[in-house]
Amino acid sequence: MSKLTMTRRGLLKAGAASGVALAAPLSFVRGAHAESFCNMPTGSTVTLGFNVPQSGPYADEGADELRAYQLAVKHLNGEGDGGLLNTFSSKALKGNGILGKKVEFVTGDTQTKSDAARASAKRMIEKDGAIMITGGSSSGVAVAVQGLCQEMGVIFMAGLTHSNDTTGKDKKRFGFRHFFNAYQSGLALGPILADQLGTDRTAYHLTADYNWGWTQEESIKNTTEGLGWQTANAVRTPLGAGDFSQYLTPVLNSGADVLVLNHYGKDMVNSLTQAVQFGMREKQVNGKDFQIVVPLFSRLMAQGAGENIKGILGTTNWNWSLQDEGSQAFVKSFGQEYGFPPSQAAQTCYVQALLYADACERAGSFEPPAVIEALEGFEFDGMGNGSTLYRAADHQCFKEVLVVKGNEAPSSQFDLLEVVKIVPRDQVTYDASIFGGDLGPSDVRKC
Amino acid sequence: MDAILLQFLNGLDKGGAYALIALGLTLVFGTLGVVNFAHGALFMLGAFCAVTFNKLLSLEKVVAHPTEKTAWGTPVEIRTPYVEAWLGDFGAFLVNYSVPFSIIVAIPVMLVIGIVMERGLIKHFYKRPHADQILVTFGLAIVLQEIIKHYFGANPIPQAAPAVVAGSADIGAWLGLGDGLVYPWWRLVYFGFAAAVIAAVFAFLQFTTYGMVVRAGMRDSETVGLLGINIQKRFTVVFGIAAVVAGLAGVMYTPILPPDYHMGMDFLVLSFVVVVVGGMGSLPGAVLAGFLLGILQSFASMNAVMSIFPGINQIIIYLVAVVILLTMPRGLLGREGVMEE
Amino acid sequence: MKQMFNREPFALAAFSLVILLMPIWLTPFGANYPDLLQKFAIFAIFAMGFNILFGLTGYLSFGHAAFLGVGSYAAVWSFKLFTMNVLPAIFFGVAFAGLFALVIGYVSLRRSGIYFSILTLAFAQMSYSLAYSVLTPITNGETGLQLTLQDPRILDRLTTEAGDGLPSTTLFGLSMSGYSGFYFCAVVLIICFFITRRIFNSPFGLTLRGIKSNQNRMGYTGFNTRPYTLTAFVISGMFAGLAGSLMAVTDPLAGAERMQWTASGEVVLMTILGGVGTLVGPMIGAWVIKYFENIFSSFNKATLENFYSFLPESLQEIAVSVSGLFVGEGWHLTLGVLFMLIVIFLPGGIMEGWRLLLRRFGGGSGNKSEPAAVAQPAE
Repeated sequence: MSKLTMTRRGLLKAGAASGVALAAPLSFVRGAHAESFCNMPTGSTVTLGFNVPQSGPYADEGADELRAYQLAVKHLNGEGDGGLLNTFSSKALKGNGILGKKVEFVTGDTQTKSDAARASAKRMIEKDGAIMITGGSSSGVAVAVQGLCQEMGVIFMAGLTHSNDTTGKDKKRFGFRHFFNAYQSGLALGPILADQLGTDRTAYHLTADYNWGWTQEESIKNTTEGLGWQTANAVRTPLGAGDFSQYLTPVLNSGADVLVLNHYGKDMVNSLTQAVQFGMREKQVNGKDFQIVVPLFSRLMAQGAGENIKGILGTTNWNWSLQDEGSQAFVKSFGQEYGFPPSQAAQTCYVQALLYADACERAGSFEPPAVIEALEGFEFDGMGNGSTLYRAADHQCFKEVLVVKGNEAPSSQFDLLEVVKIVPRDQVTYDASIFGGDLGPSDVRKC
Repeated sequence: MDAILLQFLNGLDKGGAYALIALGLTLVFGTLGVVNFAHGALFMLGAFCAVTFNKLLSLEKVVAHPTEKTAWGTPVEIRTPYVEAWLGDFGAFLVNYSVPFSIIVAIPVMLVIGIVMERGLIKHFYKRPHADQILVTFGLAIVLQEIIKHYFGANPIPQAAPAVVAGSADIGAWLGLGDGLVYPWWRLVYFGFAAAVIAAVFAFLQFTTYGMVVRAGMRDSETVGLLGINIQKRFTVVFGIAAVVAGLAGVMYTPILPPDYHMGMDFLVLSFVVVVVGGMGSLPGAVLAGFLLGILQSFASMNAVMSIFPGINQIIIYLVAVVILLTMPRGLLGREGVMEE
Repeated sequence: MKQMFNREPFALAAFSLVILLMPIWLTPFGANYPDLLQKFAIFAIFAMGFNILFGLTGYLSFGHAAFLGVGSYAAVWSFKLFTMNVLPAIFFGVAFAGLFALVIGYVSLRRSGIYFSILTLAFAQMSYSLAYSVLTPITNGETGLQLTLQDPRILDRLTTEAGDGLPSTTLFGLSMSGYSGFYFCAVVLIICFFITRRIFNSPFGLTLRGIKSNQNRMGYTGFNTRPYTLTAFVISGMFAGLAGSLMAVTDPLAGAERMQWTASGEVVLMTILGGVGTLVGPMIGAWVIKYFENIFSSFNKATLENFYSFLPESLQEIAVSVSGLFVGEGWHLTLGVLFMLIVIFLPGGIMEGWRLLLRRFGGGSGNKSEPAAVAQPAE
């Protein structure tokens, strides 16, 4: 371990409590007086913390996120082809690190568990001196780490998290989300559903029985009922159920003609595979073709579901087949580095890293309140989702949302999603007050 | 009525899966007295036999396209599957039936894995405390899992059932019950397969001399050893059989549950519950408990039930386990004195 | 027996010194930062308590994480409803975990052996599933129970106004995050060690061991063993509750996954890895596992390249790619291999290895540096 620099001022405070053992560790304290905020970079480098799932069900997504972060670090430090630095509308980044300091990074494993993710983030903050934490691939983890970062005064740039809560009732001043959310999925999907499936439908929801599932079910239900659809039933399934047959058979005779799967990751792969086995794709109900809708999906999930995903409608944050300049630049530099195109998780993480760096440059400081101010209300373009706003009121990004369906005739093993429609930003913008919550203060904590 | 019948079918199907997984576990756990936390890993390895076999069959010859480029600038790859190129229609047939064909591959592979595991590791742990068995087999399970993750990634890998059985069987029409009653062919196949494997294992233990000696050895290995029979060797075979049964359960489950490296861990706790509810040392008990829990789980997930007891679907298996263990001291069909110390 | 008690002050002093000096002697291992130090102390308490049940009575509970979870929830609710002071939180955490353990223990102890294990597992899994879904109003489900700005905090409101941000947990004004949190946990750990040592050496502890070696024979002597095992179960449940509330004290959040069977399994592994039935073994097992989880998982390719930078380039590449399998995303693999190696070569866990070392080099006189181990084989 090259860093002996990890002990810090917390020790001073602890002095009163501990007596005997304290004298020695004090000698390790570094620059205790010079720092004016948590992990202020004092040398020639600045450390970012990449907290991604490396074990557990989302390990592949985590690996892709990590690839994207490493690429972002390269580009920030002026190596490689510069990636999105060339297309990003803000020209503050010059490829010489952040504010002239070379970017270094530390990594950790969230295990997709709140406790492990927080422990890992704390390690990066307390030991490795990370000035910003980013990553993750579930909403539970995002909310837990975001809360921690708020307490420690460290900025958190969320990775893949789709629950309304992250920038809704659990929003935090130090937390920022580029990824879209369940509510936006509903807004984007609604008109397409009406267009392709009609307004006279009956939906049956199967919902993962936890926070994210509930918010998505609510959002989609509101949208579809707004279209005039009926909701036959909404059934909660335990996380990691594996075999969903006992939840699928009641769908068959419920009179519903659309099945909405509010599942993510492995659960979605399993429930979709089994729903197709139950013949739901060939079924006719009320004289209409039975349809399955998966409101949130990703290329990696599509890969897991194989043939079954073909023709299934859903939404996604980003897909590599987009033709705008930013997306193409990103696909090119990612593809050249790793030999395959990036996933949506990789894109959101890469963009988050760049946005943070850019905000520091524009603020002219690493000081969190200044960086927060630079990010709040920031309007940018050229990152792959059209013109985008980081809304100040809830730290949610507003940008285009993609409605996609499983590609019927993929041209390669990566060409699994077909973009049905790019829903413009104003159609997925909503009032920030509908979810409640409170951002909290942005005062400088000394962690 | 249809709903109840369908849930009963679901229960049988689930029960078949549980029973099959628990059967191998109870052979090792309830009879050899080894707490095998690597049993789930054997189930997973079986599934990955099918994945590997499918991958081998769909190996492709990759040629770079002379002009076309991908979005990231590398030449587009033209892929032609070897098997279909060499064997034509027969190749396509092989790929289509890769899951059932993997059974032929999985049997010897799993047998070898089981025997190596027993000879190399488990053998030394028969007389060790259960705590040590837990630690060593759990360690082994993690190692096996991580090896698979290293080669296959963490994402599930879909395996298709043969096209003939991809659709649903119209049970309602057969029975004259109307057309609402359909059930996936593959699940019926799985149930039939589970029943056949269970029957085969019972027949082997019940009706062959070899099986008789094994059964005797389970009761009292010392006496059997004194009779001049090499009971150690038979235990190795039993362990091998357990591995094969777990592996086959894994192979046939792949079209229902796209396999990933973690699937064994997901089933581990459940299979222990099934074995213990069935009663230690009892093979029929494990099978009975598998079906009982499968069926109860299906019924507990019915909307009518869930609206009366919210969350019952989440806990039903454990709730039933508690009730059975409190009313029947040794599970459904357990023998006295087995693993009660 | 007498000799041991004579040595008690010495044992306690040595133990306290080792624990309190952790920030120093863990520095070379890269483990001296507050969060991990706190976890070391907390999981040591958890494993030590678990060992009171498993090590002394031989009853293998597979659901101990449930008590940890209950302790955490109770502590966080105390922070939310009453005050940010940690003492009431710890009191509620221990009390609720104790009550919960009393109920579950009373039912589960009607069976023994594997049947007991499955009963405890079933109760814990039910708690986990319900906490994750149906009980969300109490547990906040997947996201975990957290402090919010709207919490009433009745007692705190009597004296101070609500601040702008979230308050932090305190011990009468002393913040419980960072190093002060660690020293607080360390002091609690030392107290727990003292209690555990007393239990091990008490007539009660001897009775428990008697139950372990032959429950039937104990029964034949007209001895009702149930109250003793139940007491051990409740005590170890309270230790788990204490650990859970300390987790909330150092980091006020409680998640359902703390109750999952994997968490229960983890403490079983910690105990076996360190040495079942020994006084400090489970603690060492807890440290090893937490060290791997937090430090080994953090090594990435860049760290490795740095580490092997003294090698020539081609060798460096090989070294990086080979060791890359065992760290970072492969840290589980190392853990698995370690489990196997230890149990194959050191039956009886790490403490067994320690004794072997002492026998070889110290000729038995080196016992001083390992004051409190009670030489008791696993089963």
